[in-house]
Amino acid sequence: MSTTHPPTGPGASAAPAVEARGVSRTFDSRSGEVVALTGVDLTVRAGEFVALIGPSGCGKSTLLRLIADLDQPTAGELTVFGRTPRAARQNQDYGIAFQQAGLLPWRTVRANVELPLELHGTGRAARGARARELLDLVGLAEFAEHHPHQLSGGMQQRVAIARALAESPSLLLMDEPFGALDEMTREHMQTELLRLRAETGAAVVFVTHSIPEAVYLSDRVVVMSARPGRVREIVSVALGDAADRSEDLREDVAFFDRVRAVRESLHGTGNGTGNGTGAGTGTSTGAATGAGRGADAR
Amino acid sequence: MRSVDRARILLAPVLLGLLALAAWQAAVVVLELRPFVVPSPTAIAGELVEHADLIATASLATARNAFVGLVVGVLVAVAGAALSSGARLIDEASAPLVTAAAVVPIVALAPVLYTMFGAGAQTARVIVAAIVAFVPVYVNTLRGLRTVAPVHRDLLHVYAATRRQAVVAVTLPGALPFFFTGLRVASSLAVISALVAEYFGGPVDGLGKAITSAVSSSSYALAWAYVVGSVLTGLVFYCATSALERGVLGRRP
Repeated sequence: MSTTHPPTGPGASAAPAVEARGVSRTFDSRSGEVVALTGVDLTVRAGEFVALIGPSGCGKSTLLRLIADLDQPTAGELTVFGRTPRAARQNQDYGIAFQQAGLLPWRTVRANVELPLELHGTGRAARGARARELLDLVGLAEFAEHHPHQLSGGMQQRVAIARALAESPSLLLMDEPFGALDEMTREHMQTELLRLRAETGAAVVFVTHSIPEAVYLSDRVVVMSARPGRVREIVSVALGDAADRSEDLREDVAFFDRVRAVRESLHGTGNGTGNGTGAGTGTSTGAATGAGRGADAR
Repeated sequence: MRSVDRARILLAPVLLGLLALAAWQAAVVVLELRPFVVPSPTAIAGELVEHADLIATASLATARNAFVGLVVGVLVAVAGAALSSGARLIDEASAPLVTAAAVVPIVALAPVLYTMFGAGAQTARVIVAAIVAFVPVYVNTLRGLRTVAPVHRDLLHVYAATRRQAVVAVTLPGALPFFFTGLRVASSLAVISALVAEYFGGPVDGLGKAITSAVSSSSYALAWAYVVGSVLTGLVFYCATSALERGVLGRRP
């Protein structure tokens, strides 16, 4: 519960943020077993930004919920900073944000950000100080005493992100957090998230439907396919550190190249065209070259 | 701009009311209506002033029964809703009882209750008001306690909140608006049922008794004056619960 953000969180040096080995999840339904996720191998290093992308029903949200201990795998092994997801949750190793901001409407913005701290017994003064700091970070300091319904969707989502960062987690889990926002707000929020990530140094697992969003934000994009849900390919993005990325990147040739690589992987065409792609275990980043960023953008 | 709007919101109903009263008065005078058909507003107002103390006493007697009944009914309803939301079995076991309480015209039980508790006691009236107040509060509060958004449930799990923390932080505040919806309905119903229960027997006080005895002694204008008294009593209850609701919920959306 420190008020500073260490570049790498506790345990970050030793264990990866997320490690999945043969993780599967099946649901029993009236019409038989539904395989939501099968044989997922994935390693997310400390401080790494990984996007999960794929069609509806590919199990990307399920995978996120497994990491968050909101659901349990039916097979395989999953660890978060070397702990079980349950232990990691109880230790508050991660913060989480959903597509819905999920703010409590009867609480002020400040009290919403303070909620996790309050539940974990942080004193009033320390809570207030941390909430101020976080609201500064997401640029909503002057809205501290407003109620959620007085804010726009984008602002509410920023409050939710501030809340997710309250315990200075080393891992941030995000389930389509910008999915309900308009395109303008969305792009703005993406850049904000890059800045936040550069400042906090947290690893991020980010579920999205949007290819440009995944490429713009991530170090690696995990492309998933449906029925049964599994990892098809892991595409390295390698467009530089979060701190170095800016809106200009959206018009960069290297950016388009990576977008195309992810799209081709998603649609199962043009196998092996992109450099730095690799299936399976997430050890492919070494192959990435980050081809000629900004070479002939303008 | 805003003060003009407010003035119009306040003035419009008042003007309409005055117009209606004037039309009523005119109708009684012009058509020479007999008092047992309908007395004129001025005659009712006269009785209202002349017998203000009687009407106040009767109103207080009814209001007291309604209030005690309302408090008892609400307390039992909230406790019951808490139990039912906590334990599925209690909920399922009590569902038929609650349904029965909702559909049986409780006021019709009044004569039975008068024989049970003695015609000299107010107990029967209080019980009638309590049962009638119980139903809307119980049903709404239970629904409120059950209505926790999935995203909030997930968040509480992620924060490793204890059951107690979850109830205090999310379930109770979320259920409050539902509770108050029930309370607003219950407060009016409590007055009505306490009053109507008086028609069926019991001690000789209260608005219901006063209305019947005024009618039976052909004091029609006085009977109407008592009706005005019961309208005012109901209004006081409604406004009090609305004010309580606003005070507690504050600036919620």
